[in-house]
Amino acid sequence: MKYSALSLLTNAFSGHKKWPLQWPDATPKKSYDVIIVGGGGHGLGAAYYLARKHGITNVAVIEKGWLGGGNTGRNTTIIRSNYLYDESARIYDHAVDLWDGLSQEINYNVMFSKRGVLMLAHSVHDVQSFQRHIHANRLNGVDNNWLSAEEAKAFCPPLNISKDARYPILGAALQQRAGTARHDSVAWGYARAAAALGVDIIQNCAVTGIKRGANGAVEGVETERGFIGAKKIGVSAAGNSSVLMEMAGLRFPLESYPLQALVSEPVKPVMPCVVMSNSVHAYISQSDKGELVIGAGTDQYVSYSQRGALHIIEETLASICEIFPLFKRMRMLRSWGGVVDVTPDRSPILGKTPVPGLFVNCGWGTGGFKATPGAADLLAHTIAKDQPHPINAPYNLERFTGGRLIDEAAAAAVAH
Amino acid sequence: MLLIKCPYCQEDRPEIEFSYSGEAHIARPLNPDDLSDEEWAEYLFIRSNRRGLHHERWLHAHGCARFFNALRDTVSDKFELTYKMGEPKAQVKK
Ligand SMILES: Cc1cc2nc3c(=O)[nH]c(=O)nc-3n(C[C@H](O)[C@H](O)[C@H](O)COP(=O)(O)OP(=O)(O)OC[C@H]3O[C@@H](n4cnc5c(N)ncnc54)[C@H](O)[C@@H]3O)c2cc1C
Ligand SMILES: [Zn+2]
Repeated sequence: MKYSALSLLTNAFSGHKKWPLQWPDATPKKSYDVIIVGGGGHGLGAAYYLARKHGITNVAVIEKGWLGGGNTGRNTTIIRSNYLYDESARIYDHAVDLWDGLSQEINYNVMFSKRGVLMLAHSVHDVQSFQRHIHANRLNGVDNNWLSAEEAKAFCPPLNISKDARYPILGAALQQRAGTARHDSVAWGYARAAAALGVDIIQNCAVTGIKRGANGAVEGVETERGFIGAKKIGVSAAGNSSVLMEMAGLRFPLESYPLQALVSEPVKPVMPCVVMSNSVHAYISQSDKGELVIGAGTDQYVSYSQRGALHIIEETLASICEIFPLFKRMRMLRSWGGVVDVTPDRSPILGKTPVPGLFVNCGWGTGGFKATPGAADLLAHTIAKDQPHPINAPYNLERFTGGRLIDEAAAAAVAH
Repeated sequence: MLLIKCPYCQEDRPEIEFSYSGEAHIARPLNPDDLSDEEWAEYLFIRSNRRGLHHERWLHAHGCARFFNALRDTVSDKFELTYKMGEPKAQVKK
């Protein structure tokens, strides 16, 4: 069914008890043309674009838990594209372009809100590095502007810009086109739109093996519900990507770390935008429900536990209270962790693998929510054409052998 | 926060005294000039990133300031054991 003001009104008369299921829970078939492993935003989106743009509808998305139960449902939803390098500008801006029309395209409100992302500079080094980003962004047609401390305060009144602050604010970079979106809606919206085009959505079904034939090419996946055949497999498993790649006999340049976030009790609108402070590892915005949504830095060690240590979020909150003294008396309601897959250059790996028929989208680390529609579109393209799109061609696995890194790690130290 | 037993200090200490130093038992190549690009990539970038028992290095930064190795389960975060530098790689029991 098509969601509209009229459907909302009609369903109001039946007390909202007669909405149809958004998508059916599929029983796995014997085989598919394409299997996508991982029912996060990236994987579900890839299935949608395979069906929508490439006419490949005999597709299954296989998810070990529930849709969006991975990082899609755990992230702080910051969307921006003001990264340093040309390759990054292209891939992240491609995603922001798609975010723009997404709600209309999939008939599902993902609540993309271009409220602006303000990145604070606390030191001369920050100022120089942000201005370098701003110039590089301008050359690439990506919006990003420098604000003085006073201008930043005018844009975001809760900021403490006093000179004797623990983390003095020397200025900020503002990407006006950046903002947030509702994470669950992204997973559900893509799932519903993909299912409507014939894609099977299979939940509670972990992939336990990847089967390869005598010629080395993939033949399908072993799962908790038996073997499912496919000549093409796209893996989009975020924190568990190394585990999936090992099933196909591949070793990857990835490490998985815990990353935490937390929300406060809901309050009236007070934060007009997203504020990020890379050098103190704190990120904050306010959800439409009124909660402050706060993101921390990663824990230091490799872990799949989906939980992090208290001292990490304590440090983040200490910084938040310094930058926004008015939040000091707020209570935090919930905190949680996700597992983020980090590459040595903090740029993703999106393309073909040495195994014929196996495609991968991973390494988005702490910052892949913003890329969801873009990564999904490019993964679908790569699978359908059996070759990467020019935008994701530089994001190959071979760059770690050839040395052509896309070193956003060195450029930003932390990337969200 | 993890409690970590430093094999030199022989004490369980809070994690904030330590810094994690990556996967253990990756030896720097002795013959750098002879290495192929693939071998360099393996040494520099490829990691086992194991889900389960993981060999890793820690530094007791705010203690004895010495590096040591550990075997830790990356699903439960529980340390199986920690051992001194130079001791053989801990065996993973099946
Ligand atoms: C606390 C936190 C804050 C973040 N903040 C931001 C932010 O502000 N902005 C931003 O851009 N990014 C952010 N990120 C990063 C972002 O969430 C991820 O990069 C992105 O969601 C990855 O997208 P995905 O949809 O592919 O991942 P996921 O939603 O994790 O999807 C992967 C799916 O694969 C499934 N899977 C794994 N193994 C198997 C298996 N064997 N069989 C079947 N299924 C399997 C998992 O269950 C999971 O559902 C944050 C992450 C965290 C944890
Ligand atoms: Zn010690």
